[in-house]
Amino acid sequence: MTDVVMPQMGESIVEGTLTKWLKKRGDRVERDEPLFEISTDKVDTEIPSPAAGTLSEVLVEEGATVGINTVVARIAEEGGAAAAKPAEPAAPAEKAPEAPAAVAAVSVAAPAEKAPEAPAPVAAAPAAAPAPPPVEPEAKPAEEPAAEPAAEVSGPLSPLVRKMARENNIDLSRVKGTGAGGRITKQDVEAYMAQGTPAAPGPAAAAPAVPVAAPPDASKPAAAPPPAFSPGAKTKIEPLSTMRIKIAEHMLLSKRTSAHVTTIHRVDMTKVAKLRERFKGQFQANHGFSLTYLPFITAAAAVALRQFPLLNASLDGNNIVYHNEIHIGIAVALDNGLIVPVIRGADEKNVLGLQRAIVDLATRARSRQLKPDEVLGGTFSITNFGSFGSLVGTPIINQPQVAILGVGTVDKTPVVIDDAIAIRSICHVSLSFDHRLIDGALADQFMTKVKQVLEGWAEEVL
Amino acid sequence: MRKCCVRELGRIDYGKALELQQQLATQRKQGTVGDHLLLLEHPHVITLGRNGHVENLLASDEILSRAGISFYPTDRGGDVTYHGPGQLVGYPILDLRDWKRDVGAYVRAVEQSLIDTLAEFGIEAGRIPKLTGVWVGDRKIAAIGVHLSRWVTSHGFALNVNTDLSYFQYIVPCGLTKPVTSMAQLGVRASLAEVSQVFAAHFGRVFECEMLFEAPVLAATEREN
Repeated sequence: MTDVVMPQMGESIVEGTLTKWLKKRGDRVERDEPLFEISTDKVDTEIPSPAAGTLSEVLVEEGATVGINTVVARIAEEGGAAAAKPAEPAAPAEKAPEAPAAVAAVSVAAPAEKAPEAPAPVAAAPAAAPAPPPVEPEAKPAEEPAAEPAAEVSGPLSPLVRKMARENNIDLSRVKGTGAGGRITKQDVEAYMAQGTPAAPGPAAAAPAVPVAAPPDASKPAAAPPPAFSPGAKTKIEPLSTMRIKIAEHMLLSKRTSAHVTTIHRVDMTKVAKLRERFKGQFQANHGFSLTYLPFITAAAAVALRQFPLLNASLDGNNIVYHNEIHIGIAVALDNGLIVPVIRGADEKNVLGLQRAIVDLATRARSRQLKPDEVLGGTFSITNFGSFGSLVGTPIINQPQVAILGVGTVDKTPVVIDDAIAIRSICHVSLSFDHRLIDGALADQFMTKVKQVLEGWAEEVL
Repeated sequence: MRKCCVRELGRIDYGKALELQQQLATQRKQGTVGDHLLLLEHPHVITLGRNGHVENLLASDEILSRAGISFYPTDRGGDVTYHGPGQLVGYPILDLRDWKRDVGAYVRAVEQSLIDTLAEFGIEAGRIPKLTGVWVGDRKIAAIGVHLSRWVTSHGFALNVNTDLSYFQYIVPCGLTKPVTSMAQLGVRASLAEVSQVFAAHFGRVFECEMLFEAPVLAATEREN
């Protein structure tokens, strides 16, 4: 066991605030890997781990200010952790004395806090974290309801913990607190839920809430499949982010609105690939960004949209709305979602201008700096799943548009040209279109144009 | 004598400068580059320190974006702050093990370089105990927020030279309800370039290192946009 202490950051500094744990209890850490962050006097510092092993005890909670040299955590080194993992009969016995020891240390650090409520069998389970047996939930419920429902919870509860408990119907008296003074932290609640322990006295009361919340409303069909989880299953419940909710609504709306059909064309990108190879370095040197395939494809789409304006239109009741300007949305993947910022007047930009716009929009999308009107007003969209390794996709139309172009990977592929086998850079490009407005023949004419532009790319156009 | 490379980046996007800082800090930790001092100016941007409170941001996202201000959460110490044209921003990337292993001493030394710089322009500035930063009377003229990883510093300070102070209305600077000021408001007409030269000299003296100036590289690319 290695003690991790609040480090001495300077002569005049006597305490520090632990602002963030970068590892959770039970996580493996390498020596020198950042373990937590502290804040002292407008300086935030990452503190590396003093040893390799498993973070076995977290004694100071995020937000707490403690004196230097206070033990904030303990790390179980290789040998010890390895012994504890396999559920050998010896292990629990070895582990047991440790937990009370930790509690004692905490009480010393924070004598004001109440002593943690009886280290009951349930409480012991999360403490032995590495190998809880979630496989046998049946064994537990029998003994658990016996525990006092209104049992005291030690230490004050944060609003977040209370909220999580309320939303997931968790009896907090059963959650083992690992924070200062046995306080229950968010991680403890998550660990408890991950363990798959039954959701407290009334699972029956919780279940009906789901269907009631989402009645078979015409505007939101199929939004509420029957609860797929049952109490005791290995589930973790997490509310959707606002962005996720919006994406979900938008995707369903589109599927309900448009008659989606997808056509796929194979495009020989060899010429573009060569150009790209030649100018990539120059782009990086002169403009500070690389040259990708996407601006070429965007340019080709813009040319084809000019020729086939029906693909740059919207459907409004029984009217076709033709958009005179070509504003192409580019799907950008975010950490847990996506956003489609728009290149305005895409047909008026050359490859350099398009690449610059793509880099700028994608960068700002990821740092969440897009202005609201930069994601509005698109008349057509492109999604480049090839960058994630996808060969072919069938994207969903971005309403109220009527078509979306999906770009697959560009790979060197053997192809037959004039009865000879050649190696060419091949890309599969798919177009999902709204069959209410666009027929297959038109969609394929559009795609043929895109293909022609890309395959016949002349250098001067760059 | 230790050497410190000064890079004057001109007006540079917050994200770009952040990327450069992170890159330099990583290289500094690996020991592949020496100490650096980045001196620059940002377009309008509001940043939030790791321990900052969003409540100290007084305007909504929409209002900010309409005012052309971008918003960044960052990993530096301190609360919410504003950067914009007319503000000298300095990001020292130093390995404190080569100087003093003391974050308190580091922050005091950055303050000292700023106080000495202001003195050269005839402004008497000082410290307020427990309130990191540089103050003229009870008005804040320079803010400090630092990130430290393996004793390598990043982020740094922002000195109001001729900043349009009205932009501070969108925030409670550093969570404090004290007023801000600038060199211009105190009657000093100096360009960012002048102040930046003077600062680099004082920084070198306080940190006992020789300041080497590097030709601006990124500033040129930035202007093309």
